[in-house]
Amino acid sequence: MIDRIPILQIGDFLLITIQVDMHDQLALQLQDDLTARIAKTGARGVLLDISTLDVVDSFIGRMISNISSVAGVLSARTVVVGMQPAVAITLVELGLSLPGVQTALNAERGMELLRLAMDEEASGDAVGQ
Amino acid sequence: MQLVSEARVELGTEPDIVRARQLVRKLAQDTRFSLVDQTKLVTAASELARNTVKHGGGGYMDMQLLADGGRQGIRLHFVDEGPGIADLDQAMTDGWTSGGGLGLGLSGSRRLSNEFEIQSAPGEGTRVSITRWK
Repeated sequence: MIDRIPILQIGDFLLITIQVDMHDQLALQLQDDLTARIAKTGARGVLLDISTLDVVDSFIGRMISNISSVAGVLSARTVVVGMQPAVAITLVELGLSLPGVQTALNAERGMELLRLAMDEEASGDAVGQ
Repeated sequence: MQLVSEARVELGTEPDIVRARQLVRKLAQDTRFSLVDQTKLVTAASELARNTVKHGGGGYMDMQLLADGGRQGIRLHFVDEGPGIADLDQAMTDGWTSGGGLGLGLSGSRRLSNEFEIQSAPGEGTRVSITRWK
């Protein structure tokens, strides 16, 4: 059984692709690992690819929310990409709307969102100086 | 209504929740449920299996394939002999949680099913049954 989900670094961003049906402990481990990686690398953005997940229940949904909140507190923006339409329909009916979680249809658009956000921050800093 | 097939899945540990999800998915696929219906049933099963493992101290899931006239359905029973639930109305409320979760397990799985039944009393365990028709 897999006990860790790999986290890849690409420049200022961290990329996570969930490719297994996660048991609860694996989801919690990912949350811990990611927080440690953000703190260590100073990453500014996190791309969480859930395109292969065919089920997101309330536990996994909460993990996604938590990752996004914790990363935000550590000054990294999270974009969740690739949610399957059937999963989106089910999540809403379940009562979970993932408040505060930014999403994009696919990894490319998600990356674009992260870059835009970084550019905005950079120009905001320049105005402040 | 006719019982076409039945299988029991033990629910003792967290990996059993994943296994339950996969077995329900397989049955729903074999029964040719639509992708959205498969996903709803599997998600509801995941919520209830987790309840059985975490709150009920373990138990089992019975999966039944039903035929009723021309239609087919899948009924899942989640059974534990845990502490039981004292206030069912409260437990069925969105956002109410005995700790840790989001409190969407019971209310959410009811919304994801066509039929929902729960029996529970303090000290007598919990039995939840859901059915989804094709």
